[in-house]
Amino acid sequence: MISAQELIERITSAATCDECIVIVTETSQANLRWANSTLTTNGVILQRSVTVLAFVAVDGGMAAGGVTRTDVAISEIDAVLKEAIASAHSAGAADDAAKIAKNIVIGNWSDAHNPTGPDVFAKVAPDLGDMFKGSVADGIELFGYAEHTHKTTWVGSKGGIRARYDQPAGRVEMTGKSHNRTRSTFEGVATRDFSNVSIANVDANIRKRLQWQANKIEIPAGKYDTVLPANAIGDLILYMLWSAGARDAHEGRSAFSKKGGGTRIGDILSSLPLHVYSDSAYKGLESIPFVASAASSSLSSVFDNGQSLKRNDFIKNGKLSSLLQTQSSAKITSLPYTPVGDNFIVEVDGASGAIEDLVHKVDDGLLLTTMWYIREVDPSSLLLTGLTRDGVYRVKGGEVVGAVNNFRWNESPIALLSRIAHVGTSEITQLREWAEDYDRCAAPPMVIKDFNMSTVSPAN
Amino acid sequence: MSKHTSVDADFLALPLETTSNAAIDSAKSLGASHVDVRIEKTRTGYLQLRDAKPESQTDDSVVGLGVRVIVNGAWGFASSPVISVTKGKELAAIAVAMAKTSKPLATEEVALAPEPTYAKKQWISNYEIDPFEVSDSEKLDRLASLSNKLLASKSVNHASAYTMYVKEQKHYADSFGTNTTQQRVRIQTQIEAVSVGDHGFESMRTLAQPAGFGWEWMRNDIYDWDSEIDELPTLLAEKVAAPSVIPGKYDLLIDPTNLWLTIHESIGHATELDRAIGYEANYAGTSFATVDNLNKLQYGSAKMHVTGDRNTDHGLSTVGWDDEGVAAQRWDIIKGGVLVGYQTDRRIAARVNQERSFGCAFADSPSHVPIQRMPNVSLQPDSQGPTLAAMISSLEDGIYIRGDKSWSIDMQRYNFQFTGQQFHRVKNGKIVGQVKDMAYQATTTDFWRSMKVIGGPSTYVLGGAFNCGKGQPGQVAPVSHGCPAAIFENVNVLNTVAEAGE
Repeated sequence: MISAQELIERITSAATCDECIVIVTETSQANLRWANSTLTTNGVILQRSVTVLAFVAVDGGMAAGGVTRTDVAISEIDAVLKEAIASAHSAGAADDAAKIAKNIVIGNWSDAHNPTGPDVFAKVAPDLGDMFKGSVADGIELFGYAEHTHKTTWVGSKGGIRARYDQPAGRVEMTGKSHNRTRSTFEGVATRDFSNVSIANVDANIRKRLQWQANKIEIPAGKYDTVLPANAIGDLILYMLWSAGARDAHEGRSAFSKKGGGTRIGDILSSLPLHVYSDSAYKGLESIPFVASAASSSLSSVFDNGQSLKRNDFIKNGKLSSLLQTQSSAKITSLPYTPVGDNFIVEVDGASGAIEDLVHKVDDGLLLTTMWYIREVDPSSLLLTGLTRDGVYRVKGGEVVGAVNNFRWNESPIALLSRIAHVGTSEITQLREWAEDYDRCAAPPMVIKDFNMSTVSPAN
Repeated sequence: MSKHTSVDADFLALPLETTSNAAIDSAKSLGASHVDVRIEKTRTGYLQLRDAKPESQTDDSVVGLGVRVIVNGAWGFASSPVISVTKGKELAAIAVAMAKTSKPLATEEVALAPEPTYAKKQWISNYEIDPFEVSDSEKLDRLASLSNKLLASKSVNHASAYTMYVKEQKHYADSFGTNTTQQRVRIQTQIEAVSVGDHGFESMRTLAQPAGFGWEWMRNDIYDWDSEIDELPTLLAEKVAAPSVIPGKYDLLIDPTNLWLTIHESIGHATELDRAIGYEANYAGTSFATVDNLNKLQYGSAKMHVTGDRNTDHGLSTVGWDDEGVAAQRWDIIKGGVLVGYQTDRRIAARVNQERSFGCAFADSPSHVPIQRMPNVSLQPDSQGPTLAAMISSLEDGIYIRGDKSWSIDMQRYNFQFTGQQFHRVKNGKIVGQVKDMAYQATTTDFWRSMKVIGGPSTYVLGGAFNCGKGQPGQVAPVSHGCPAAIFENVNVLNTVAEAGE
C-alpha cells in the first residue's frame, strides 16, 4: 500500500476534471466483548477508505460524482477517476453546488496514521478479569464491550486543500445482572485513551444499583416527574439534531417548520438559559475542525469539503438559533451557513450538581438509568418512542426507595425542553442508544416534569 | 436456479485459495485447533433523488481478508484490507496472539458443532441484471420519471426516492476442508410523496419490499411500480383529509407489507439462541423465549407456523453456505403455535448440544467476526386460508394496515409499538376511508395468540430489510420475512398526536 498522502497527490494531479477532492481515512481498532462473565469475541481491525470526488462544469452549473474504494492501487487511479467523472456527468448540474474551498492547510499532513491496538487494554484487561472473578463469586453476571479506535482523515484537493485530523475514541460498556437476571443495570464510560477508565468504579456502581433493585415495586403507566441521566439527555438531543436540517424545515417537512411557511428559528423552546451547540475545540471532546464529506445528503454536501467547523449554536438561551446547513441550503433558506461539527454539548447557565442532587429535589417520581430502541413515531412533532432500560427507580421524598418495572415512553425532545424542572452540571457522557453511531457528547442530568411513560414493559 | 452460472471473473482472479490456504496452514502451525478465513468484496451503490433531482450518489466497495482461529478453546481474530499470501500468514499470527492474550479472560471453551465439508463449491443468487452493469443515467432516469409522476399531482408537494443495491462476493475456507465461493445481489427502492399545507405535512411511500433481485426489480413485470405510483397521490390526499384515529382496542387486518417487520422484531430476534442465552445482553438485549420454554411456550394461536431458512428464492438471508461453512437449511421455529426451534451458529449449537448448526453465521464485512444472524424467518400462510378481499369482508369493525414505518421493541422482545403507511378503517366488511396518527402496541405473546385468521397463499408477500443491526462492533445484515395477511383481535391502538401531548 502506498501512503495516503502519496495516493492523494497522485490522484489529484492526474485528475483532468475541473476540481478533484480525495478523502482518505485510515482506521485502526481493538475491541473486546464479553457475556456471562467470560470473553466472547475480540478483534483487531485495520481499514482504509479512499473516496474520489470529481467536479465537472456542465450545462447549468457544476456536477459532482464520487466513488469510494477500500484502496486504490497506482494502476487503478485513471480508471477510478474516469468512473467518478462519468458519475458526475450522469448526475448533471448538482442541486447543492457551491464554491469549493481552496488552498487550506490544517494539521500535520505528512504524518502516518498512528494505529491503536490491543495494548490499549493493558491496564483494563486484568482489572476486567478480576471483576469477572469477583462477580461470579457474588452471583452477578457481566456482559459488555470495550472498544478503542484511532481514525485519521486526510482531505486533499487539486485546488490545494491539505487538511488532516486524528480522532481517538473509545468506550467501555458494562451490564450487570443478578438474581436469575431479574435485576439488571448498566454503566458506560466514554474515553479517548482508556486512561480515565476505572473498572473498580464501574464495579462499585454496578453493585450499588443491583442492591437498589432488592425492593421491587410494580407501578402503572402514566406521567411521572423523571430524572434523566446525562446519557439519556444526549440520546434524545442527538435525535433532535439529526432531524434539524434547514432545507427540510424550510420546505415545511420537519418539526422545525413553521406552519404557513419558513422555519421555527427564533422560537423559544425552553424558558431556561439552555444552550445546545457544537464546538470542535471543546475540551475533552475535541473533534474534526473542517468538513470532510464523502457524499452529499440533506445534511451534508461534497462542495463543502474543507470548510471550517467552529462553534455553532443550535439553541442559545433557550431559543432556536440555527438549523443544520450546507452552503447550498443556506442560500435556499436565506439563512447563515451554520454547519454542525462532530460533537455536541448541552448546558444550562448556572446549573450545578450531580444526578444524586437532582434525585433529592424530586418528591414523587422516577430515576432512569438508560434509554433504548429510540425511534421516530411522528416527524411533525418529532414524537419519539423508546424503552427505559437497566433500572428504573422509584423516588419518594428525594430518596430512591426501590426499583420499578420498565416502560415504553412516547415523548418529543422538543416538547420536553419546555418541561425541564431541574438541571445539573454538564459532563462528558457515554450515549447508550447511539453509542455505535456517535462518540462525543456532554450533557447534564435533568428532571423532566410529566414524562410520558405510555405503557409498561415486562422486560428486565 | 440462478441466471448466472459463475462468480464474476474479477473476484475469482484474486489470490483466494493461495491466501486462505496460507493463513490456515500458518495458524495451525502456530497452535490453532481451528481456522477459518473469509475473503470478501461487497460493493454498495446508492442513489437518492430529492424532487426528481439527484441529492446523493455513492459507489462504495469494501474488500478485505479476515482470519479467525481457536487456540486452547479461545477465539482470536484479525483482519486487513490487503489480500495476499504474506498478509494471510501475518493475520494468522496476529489472530493466534489475540487468542492467547484473551485466554485468561475466556473461561468458556469454544467448541463447534460438526458439519460435512464442502470442497471447491460455488453458489450464485437468483438475479438477472447486475445493477452495477446498468448505467447511472438509466437508474437516474427510472427514479426521476417515477418521482416526476408524483410531482405532477396537485396533492404532492415533494417527492423523495432512493435505490440501494449490493453485490456481495465471498470466499470462505476452513481447517475442516470446506472451501466455498459465493456471489449474491440485492436491491431496495423506496419512493415517498409529501404533502405540505395548512395541515402541516404528511407523507406516504411505496410498499415495495427489498429482495434478492438485480436491476430487473425496477421493471414493471416483477413489481408494478408505475401502477403503485399512479395510486399514491390519491391515497396521500385521503390520508391528509382523514380523521385522527380514536385510541382504543381494535381488530386489525395487517398486510404482509407491515406484518413482516412485526415478525422480524417479535419472532426473528426473540428466537436467536445466542440472545436467549445472554450473548447480546449488553447491546441488542436478551429474549423472553428462554431455552426452558422450548417445546412448551404457546407463542401464538394454534395455526401459527413459522419457519427459519436460508434457501428461499430471492431471500435476503439466502446463501449456499453460511460464514462457518454450514449448508443452507429450512427448519421450524414455531409449529402449532408452540416454540419448537431456535436460530443457531456452530458455536451456539455446540453449547446447547444440538447436533448440527442451522447455518445462521454471518459477518457483514471482512473486518468483523461472524456471529449468529437472522435467517429468513417467515410466517406460513394457511393453505386453505382466505383471500385479502374475503378477509376485509369478514371484518365487522377494524383497521386494515399497509406498509411499515416506525418500529420499537424492548430488550426482551415483549412490548412493541409500530406505525404504518396507510390505515384503512373497515366497517361491516367494507373499507370506509383512512384514519391517521395511529400506532399499535402489544406484548408479543398476547399479540400472536390473538391471531384469529391467517390469510391464504394469495396474500403472501416476501418482505424484509437491509439494515438489521446486531453485535458489538455493530454489524448490519439483510433479511427477508415472508408472510400472509392476518387478522388480530382486540389490539391496543394509540393516537400519536395524543401521545405527544398536543
